[in-house]
Amino acid sequence: MILKYLYLIPLLPFLAAAFTAFLKRDRRRLSSGTVIAAMAISCVLSQAALWITITHAHHDEVFRFATTFEWLKTGTHSLQLGLILDPLSASMVAMVTFVSLLIFIYSTGYMHEDKNYTRFFCFLSLFAGSMLGLVLSNSLVLMFIFWELVGVCSYALIGFWYHKPSAAEAAKKAFITTRIGDIGFFIGLLYLYSNSGNLVLYDPKSSLGVLDPVNLLKLEHLTVTLPIFGVAAVSTVIALLLFCGTIGKSAQFPLHVWLPDAMEGPTSVSALIHAATMVAAGVFMVARMLPIFVLGAHHDELTTAMWVVASIGSFTALFAALIAVAQNDIKRVLAYSTISQLGYMVTGLGLGSVAAGFFHLITHAFFKALLFLGSGSVIHGCHGEQDMFKMGGLKKAMPTTAWTYFVGTLALAGIFPLSGFWSKDEILLYAFHQSKPIYIMGSIAAFLTAFYMCRQIMLVFFGKQRSHEFHPHESPASMLWPLRILAFFAVSLGIISCPYFKENLFHHFISPGHHGLEPSMTVMIGSTVIALTGLLLGFLMYGRSRLVNEGKDPLKLVLGPIYTLLENKFYFDELYQNTVLRLANFLAAVFRIIDQFFIDGFLNIVGFFTLRLSSFNQWFDNFFINGGFDKSCEKILETGKTVSGIQTGKIQDYLRFTSLGIVVIYLFYIITLIIQ
Amino acid sequence: MSIPITHYLFVSAALFAIGLFGAITRRNAIIILIGIEIMMNAANINLIAFWRYSDGTRLTGQLFTFFGIAIAAAEVAVGLAIVIAVYRVYKSTNVNEVHDMKG
Repeated sequence: MILKYLYLIPLLPFLAAAFTAFLKRDRRRLSSGTVIAAMAISCVLSQAALWITITHAHHDEVFRFATTFEWLKTGTHSLQLGLILDPLSASMVAMVTFVSLLIFIYSTGYMHEDKNYTRFFCFLSLFAGSMLGLVLSNSLVLMFIFWELVGVCSYALIGFWYHKPSAAEAAKKAFITTRIGDIGFFIGLLYLYSNSGNLVLYDPKSSLGVLDPVNLLKLEHLTVTLPIFGVAAVSTVIALLLFCGTIGKSAQFPLHVWLPDAMEGPTSVSALIHAATMVAAGVFMVARMLPIFVLGAHHDELTTAMWVVASIGSFTALFAALIAVAQNDIKRVLAYSTISQLGYMVTGLGLGSVAAGFFHLITHAFFKALLFLGSGSVIHGCHGEQDMFKMGGLKKAMPTTAWTYFVGTLALAGIFPLSGFWSKDEILLYAFHQSKPIYIMGSIAAFLTAFYMCRQIMLVFFGKQRSHEFHPHESPASMLWPLRILAFFAVSLGIISCPYFKENLFHHFISPGHHGLEPSMTVMIGSTVIALTGLLLGFLMYGRSRLVNEGKDPLKLVLGPIYTLLENKFYFDELYQNTVLRLANFLAAVFRIIDQFFIDGFLNIVGFFTLRLSSFNQWFDNFFINGGFDKSCEKILETGKTVSGIQTGKIQDYLRFTSLGIVVIYLFYIITLIIQ
Repeated sequence: MSIPITHYLFVSAALFAIGLFGAITRRNAIIILIGIEIMMNAANINLIAFWRYSDGTRLTGQLFTFFGIAIAAAEVAVGLAIVIAVYRVYKSTNVNEVHDMKG
């Protein structure tokens, strides 16, 4: 029954955005009220949808409800769009609406003093609608449309304070970088379309959807010969092209550079878009399309595509964790942490388990949003200060923020029994069984994660208050309650994926009939030990350090030049600036010259000739047409004057003419008589 | 009758031509009036000639001629009145000088 109203879940936020777009700036309560109300209804609908999906779950079969409708008809082919409700989309939509709702409520407090409050909520709602549409879409075309829409909303929200040049630059960087990934995504879509005939994922009527067994069987045996790589499976090529989109959108290496700069946006935006939802869209897409990635694998083996995905994911996880260790800005640390955790999710998917990667996506959404909102609360309380080395000792002034932040940190670090432990552990379990190098990279990244989070906590909340320019205060209730609620979920969500609880509930929900790996005590203990070591090291280094009290980083002394390398993000931005961007600027200059010289020149010549032609036309018109007409009129006048000369006024002349006329008539008469 | 009608018609035609010539050519307004009279009389001769050479039962020719004479008299009276009126304005009977209605 609710399936008929599935489209309302993304539609309501869109309508709220449309409504808010026309509101004046001073109608703040109305704008945020509408947006929150729309999201609340969507949330209720999503939970209902989730409930339906849970109760309808059969033992070995996935419950899937898909609709399609024709959008564009071109002759015999048509482009179809549609919606789908299955465990994957239901759980994602339930999470997105819930977290979005909490963040919207938080934003009413965080953006309270901002003049552009209404515009903010309009964009937030537009984003939420697009994200929900992306999750629910049954067609890759529709998904791509929403994919680009969330990118646009991200641009608008990162550059929300557009008067700041750094924010405008960051927004451009985010959009362009993700666009580069989207090129690969789009080419992948086209290639998939050419091989499958349509882009619908699951077609209930004809079973010819891209992910239906018929099509998968067809794709399995197709190969294509590529110039450098030789013979490759078509599914591999498609999978890797689609993954390009994820590399861009989910900030994997090498397109990760936009996410840290995206922290220029308000913290709610960072929490919603760059932690919980938009960046997760790339991961979600891979999870959705995983049947194509997995095609051709025998018995828990990994295909080429999966290897690439897992490698990039684990490398990103480690790479970003390394950089996070040396950052000073509270939000940058969290940004790199997000990149790192996205790497984990991608690794989990690459190793073949939708449940592992996707579960980490869900738990990460909660605790990362919690951490970002907490950092927002800290920034709000410190009146805009974002440098951790200028904070310190905030535990006393902001107790609620502090304890919820601790909960988030423990969840992120993966401490038992919080949710992060279960999700991260499952990924490491898969890695342990399938690829030791990936397991090692993942473990090192876990260690670093625990370390830098503890470093952050020590710098921000403990110790002595280093800066005396501001007096920190706790945030208002509208900001604290979302923190508390998220903290609750960060703690408790793990239970649904605990293998000892009933049989891994979540795993069973997402991929029934698919046997997961047996939980390994070794891996669990190993990861706990690693996490605790990281926390301990962080505590020792930053908990009671003299250097910290002076505002310096003790890690600088320990690592020396390596620290500089990490602090400067491995100089990747500089690398891109000097290579890709230089090339782009050069090409732009070349094209500008072509445009100015050739195209504008050509246009000027055309314009010149047009002017000449028009002036000739004018002369012609004047001379011949006007002249001719005028002359002929003159002639007529002359003729008239001449003819009127007959009237001399003398009677005798009239008489003469009259008599002449009579003679002529008489002659005519005689002649006709003679002829007869 | 022994004189054929054509003789009378020729006379009438000749008189008409003379009258026309005088009306067209002469400068004096009164002479033009005389010319018009001659034309009128020529027409009368024509009428009478045709009456005389008909069977004489109908008097149409005679009557027509009488009417013509009467009308000619009236017309001359009016014409002379106009000539006198014109003379009073233009101080001349030369019709070539009265050409204010030209155009």
